[in-house]
Amino acid sequence: MKRGPIARIILALLFVALIAVPVIVSRIAAKRKAAAGELNEKAAMARYGFYFTDVSKQAGVHFIHEAPKFDPKLAAIMPEVASMGASVSIVDYNRDGWPDIYVTNSRIGSMNALYRNNHDGTFTDVAPELGIADVNKPGTGVSMGAVWGDYDNDGYPDLYLIKWGKPMLFHNDHGHGFTDVTAKAGLPKWINASTALWFDYDRDGKLDLFVGGYYNENIDLWDLKTTKIMPDSFEYADNGGRKYLFHNLGDGRFQEVSAQVGIKSRRWALASGAADLTGNGYPDLFIANDYGVSELYLNDHGHFHEAGEQTGVGFAPKSGMNVAFGDIFNQGKFSIYVSNISEPGILIQGNNMWVPEDGTSGNALHYENLARDLGVELGGWSFGAQFGDFNNDGNLDLFLANGYISLDRNRSYWYDFAKVAGGNSSIIGDAKNWPAFDGRSLSGYQQKRVWINDGAGKFEDVARAVGVTDTHDGRSVAVADLWNNGALDVVVANQNGPLLIYKNHVDPAEKWIEFSLEGTKSNRDAIGAEVTLYWNGQEQIQEVEGGNGFAAQNDLRLHFGLGKHPKIEKAVIHWPSGTVQTLDNLTPDKLYHVKEPE
Amino acid sequence: MSNPAVAIPAQQRVKPPSLKSWLTLNNRYVPPVFITLILLAGQLSYGILESYERTLLAIGTAIVIELVLGRIFLGKWLNVASAYITGISVGILLRSPAFWPYAACAAIAIMSKYVLRFRGRHLFNPSNFGISVVLFLLPATVAMLSIQWGNNMWSLITIWILGAIIIWRVNRFNITLTYVVSFLVLAVIRAHIIHEPVLSEISPLTGPEYQLFIFFMITDPKTTVRSKKGQCLVAFLVALLEMFFRLDQSVYAELYALFWIGPIALLIEMWLDARRAKLAGTPTSAIATSPGIAQPS
Repeated sequence: MKRGPIARIILALLFVALIAVPVIVSRIAAKRKAAAGELNEKAAMARYGFYFTDVSKQAGVHFIHEAPKFDPKLAAIMPEVASMGASVSIVDYNRDGWPDIYVTNSRIGSMNALYRNNHDGTFTDVAPELGIADVNKPGTGVSMGAVWGDYDNDGYPDLYLIKWGKPMLFHNDHGHGFTDVTAKAGLPKWINASTALWFDYDRDGKLDLFVGGYYNENIDLWDLKTTKIMPDSFEYADNGGRKYLFHNLGDGRFQEVSAQVGIKSRRWALASGAADLTGNGYPDLFIANDYGVSELYLNDHGHFHEAGEQTGVGFAPKSGMNVAFGDIFNQGKFSIYVSNISEPGILIQGNNMWVPEDGTSGNALHYENLARDLGVELGGWSFGAQFGDFNNDGNLDLFLANGYISLDRNRSYWYDFAKVAGGNSSIIGDAKNWPAFDGRSLSGYQQKRVWINDGAGKFEDVARAVGVTDTHDGRSVAVADLWNNGALDVVVANQNGPLLIYKNHVDPAEKWIEFSLEGTKSNRDAIGAEVTLYWNGQEQIQEVEGGNGFAAQNDLRLHFGLGKHPKIEKAVIHWPSGTVQTLDNLTPDKLYHVKEPE
Repeated sequence: MSNPAVAIPAQQRVKPPSLKSWLTLNNRYVPPVFITLILLAGQLSYGILESYERTLLAIGTAIVIELVLGRIFLGKWLNVASAYITGISVGILLRSPAFWPYAACAAIAIMSKYVLRFRGRHLFNPSNFGISVVLFLLPATVAMLSIQWGNNMWSLITIWILGAIIIWRVNRFNITLTYVVSFLVLAVIRAHIIHEPVLSEISPLTGPEYQLFIFFMITDPKTTVRSKKGQCLVAFLVALLEMFFRLDQSVYAELYALFWIGPIALLIEMWLDARRAKLAGTPTSAIATSPGIAQPS
């Protein structure tokens, strides 16, 4: 070394500072976050304009999810392979104008539940009497989710039951019961699916059904012929279940057309969502895959081509577990939120907020991930998420469920998980090579996130402050105005845990407007219809969806927060049929029922 | 990781590089080319990187800091092959959605060569030091590549064969071989101790970070001892300490093992050198500053 001691001392100080400063900054940030604790309801209302209360018990909902138990060959890693199945979907099955709640259970012999809204803040499970409770029978697999769509346009939403097992389609008999029409529909005998959605991909006015396989459809998890059932890679796996697109033939039958229309994938699908992202009037299909990249199938007049890499969303492989669309900047464009895994010191995938890049549209559409800049990157082992304006301030907020497996708080499976997950396909792909769980947790006891959008490009997590304090293993999240009072409530299905109903209390000074759409030329549920609301010089687009999030479905009614003293200019509805309808003279704090012009 | 092929004799250093030296494997640019090929193959086939920008940031930071510190403290513009390997290693191995950890880790790695020195010799493998420090101190921000690379047997075999040939040509294969054999034997012992499948204990060795570890990090001539026997002993001790870290469920056991064993081995070698020099009446500085090992590279 040629320089003298002073230069060396300066270098040493710089070296120490380079190491110390990020550590100090991150510790301070962590302390601040820890200090931002729970608030009482009055303080939360004053600071954030809303708060949640878990009213599930008062509402008469005592549902506890039970996980499946598979072939004893998987006993060592049963907590991992049986880590999904808790789901929630919102449906007004009896068309009484009040949202009801359907939840799935996953132990053989366990019952699903349909909680009818009694209009007084209580709910009653009517699934047994309507014939959609006892659906997890031996030999038929178990429920993983449910999506509702009026496939025969009779005005009543029908039920597709997502299963690891025999898929089931139930026709809604005008709210008085359900008929199993699976055989007539022509569905396959067995699919190990974790996601499905209703959408009218060819705009023929009839709802079609997408189903995304997770495990290979030849695997019966209760009767394994081999233990080589696991993903052949943690991030490049392509040995999962196939994808299905069931084209609605209009007579109660469906034709599987995925290959014909260009959907071919054996990635491990966990979540899906459909929206017209390119603006050509046809719904595009976004699939979040576990153990790999996301896929974005752009819809060109009923034919799809996979454009994940082209659009930027399908390059870095992660563990996709959610798809939610939201116009977070009030620009009339959908961003896409995909949840992944983040565990300090081991795996920092970060969740993705795919935001359309300025100047890109149509088939040249390109996304950039702004999750970190916006502050919605790190949740934990994240699952379901939904956008919704929880404080009615006019900006879409974000609710995220986290937590994978909560067993022994003091012992973690992460070391063993990382050890095998990084190995060769012949090792990771065989369940017998995986170390035993032995009662350990894996990213367990994690907080949910309630990120409120300040409208200026930042989201702040206020979950604990606004009353979302549970640490159950969150899976599926759905939002709906359950009390018909202009506040978006949140329902969370937890794996091996209770169904939680978070009732929302919002500052009444913050206004809102809701739309309930009914298609005529379009499918009757108006799934795929887009409403763009213009008020106070800004616009926000929302879409009626036939399934999204993680194994979830929101209320088909669309809810817009408006903030204080809103001046609404108009609402423009793009119906799936192509009809464009403009609504004027709208006033806040009202639910509008809109029928598609004939 | 520093350049494993840079133990170039003094007389060779003064000669201008001939065409032959560029075409043969025995020059300092082979490992950078090899690791670049690994990166490109991995990225183009599997998209292994967090992003090109982050990797380029790490490489750029490492090179700039190397040049600046070399100019300030050594009075010359250093060859950047070693800094390039350090940067590219950080860019491949580190996983963070943020950009700054890539620059910070590369900077810490290069600066460690100039700060953490003893008798004119840097003690830590630069990238091992940088990555170990940020992993240990910033767990909420960074993680290490442990799951990427396709998990494909053919890509694994290709990298192993190419890596083995190169490491053999630069006379470091004994280190890699000793470590791998030690790891395998100790993996069987670990599996027996904790009653887990043997393949689950062997599994890490088939992952991508181990390929970088055994070919580029543990073989770094600047931070390994000189004698063949000593190198084998150190490689075994790294595997042995790693076993204890693994029994304690440390995810980055191999990094931390090298972090401790590497400098201790060097200090012992320096102490032995000094003792021998004293007995022979040779000044200690004559050994410590001999070309090829005394200067940061």
